[in-house]
Amino acid sequence: MTDDSIDLETQADAVREAVRAADDRIADKKASLTELDSAIGDADHGANMTRGFGKATEQLEETDDHPADVVKTTGVALVSAVGGASGPLYGGSLMKASQELEDGLTPETTVAFAERYLETVESRGKASLGDKTMVDALTPAVHTYKKSIEVDGCAPLEALGKAVDAARRGVEFTTPLRAKKGRASYLGWRSVGHQDPGATSTLILLEELLAVATEHLDGEVDVDAEAEVDPEELETSVADDPEATGEDVSTSDDLPADGGD
Amino acid sequence: MKKLINDPDAVVDEMIEGMCTAHDFRRLEGTTVVVRADAPLEGKVGIVSGGGSGHEPTHAGFIGDGMLDGAAAGEVFTSPTADQISEMIQACDGGEGVFCVIKNYEGDVMNFETAMEMAEMEAETEVESVVVDDDVAVEDSLYTSGRRGVAGTIFVHKVAGAMAHQGGGLSEIKRVAAKANEHVGTMGMALTSCVTPEKGEPTFELSAEEVELGIGIHGEPGTERTDVMSADEIADHLTEAVLEDLDLEGGTEVVTMVNGMGGTPLMELYVVNRRVQEIVGEAGLEVWDERVGDYMTSLDMMGCSITVLELDDELKELLAYPAETPGLTVVE
Repeated sequence: MTDDSIDLETQADAVREAVRAADDRIADKKASLTELDSAIGDADHGANMTRGFGKATEQLEETDDHPADVVKTTGVALVSAVGGASGPLYGGSLMKASQELEDGLTPETTVAFAERYLETVESRGKASLGDKTMVDALTPAVHTYKKSIEVDGCAPLEALGKAVDAARRGVEFTTPLRAKKGRASYLGWRSVGHQDPGATSTLILLEELLAVATEHLDGEVDVDAEAEVDPEELETSVADDPEATGEDVSTSDDLPADGGD
Repeated sequence: MKKLINDPDAVVDEMIEGMCTAHDFRRLEGTTVVVRADAPLEGKVGIVSGGGSGHEPTHAGFIGDGMLDGAAAGEVFTSPTADQISEMIQACDGGEGVFCVIKNYEGDVMNFETAMEMAEMEAETEVESVVVDDDVAVEDSLYTSGRRGVAGTIFVHKVAGAMAHQGGGLSEIKRVAAKANEHVGTMGMALTSCVTPEKGEPTFELSAEEVELGIGIHGEPGTERTDVMSADEIADHLTEAVLEDLDLEGGTEVVTMVNGMGGTPLMELYVVNRRVQEIVGEAGLEVWDERVGDYMTSLDMMGCSITVLELDDELKELLAYPAETPGLTVVE
């Protein structure tokens, strides 16, 4: 893909579409996010994220025809409407990372965006890989995206597909971990065996980003079958049954996603 | 549970309405942020704070000359959101920047940090902050990594506010606020749990024969549950824990605070204070000032916290500087 072929207005439209898609998907998944969060948190993640993306969607009309502005405005909306810790983590990080998109969406700017986003989540949440947080979904996704683009020379859509797969494995990997950050950490060993809600919502957003990117960029790139969004797979990726998800993942890769057994 | 509440969802809103008619406060439209009516003060660093509601007079009750310029109120025991904090910061910037006093709770810290970035990005406001963590009872708690920020925050408000009113810049204010935080310790206890408006029932169960030591200000559990003790025994336990943490030499000057948790009769706080002064005296410390009252509450919880702040000449001068707020007044 050569990015100068797509103008900023079209890019902004695609990002708006991704926000709307995320809003729909989060609303669909409200109950399962709430269920995950009631096991190890305070049962408000589904409601908070739904409220946040609802507000983000409402504000899309007021955004400039530039992807950076759409991302930034979405960040501000999430900060104001999600609340708690997820508001600053999701919204504040989008706001900050949007600065990397001043030149529009290119392979280079999207890598910089992804890295800045991860960095902000880590520093704000003071969380590291393996703490059973959204960082566990984000880190493999961001690393895979960067490597696919910079080392393997993949097109962005293919790289994003690989990143989403990596995030999915990261989410599975949160299940057998003991939480070290956030409210779940106070459960100590009782947090083991539960999938992290923040990592799960992160995966949902990445999956929607991929779905919208696929619609826009398909044809220019052969999308790997693995990267196609399969509704069945999505269903299991947010299920709270570690066995079901472990099985699902083991079919497509060899990472230690079955560590929860 | 009987309460003077119309609608649990409207309690913060209605509280702020009542607050703004009672005092020289102004509410930022569409927010739960309260600032002094004449904010921003030109040529002075703005001092702001904020956090969940339910701790009144903290924080809005300390808005006024010599202390805060603004306070952001979240829902009960819930951090205010970063966009509102950012609006507050911008509304209190009189050209010299804004200093934020943050209590150490994960939600508060993340929202304030995000808000400071927003204010810097949107309005190029210069911001600095201190995170107060004076609670000696716990290292990590239900809502924090590290120690919690509790009643010692009032002294940080006072010191930062006085420095700002004397014309101190952001870095000077940060220095004295950090110094106050470093030299203050607090520990609290509960005779009863508190009742949040939303839940309408006690947050935790405490029988008539038990007390909870080392509690926070959100009805989160403490460090130890024991059989009921006398006022003197409780004062001994809390004060000794604070003094052990501060590890002060004999002859050191201190200020003490016996803080009510919201549902404690003042009479009982004075009974506790009587014993606190005896212990502090026995430890060879010089009490420069004593505070007794409701400063950092936990809704209707019965109980108290005890705070000791180690002083030097600079902190004494800043604490003695005049202040006029609904929650704390110091006259020359």
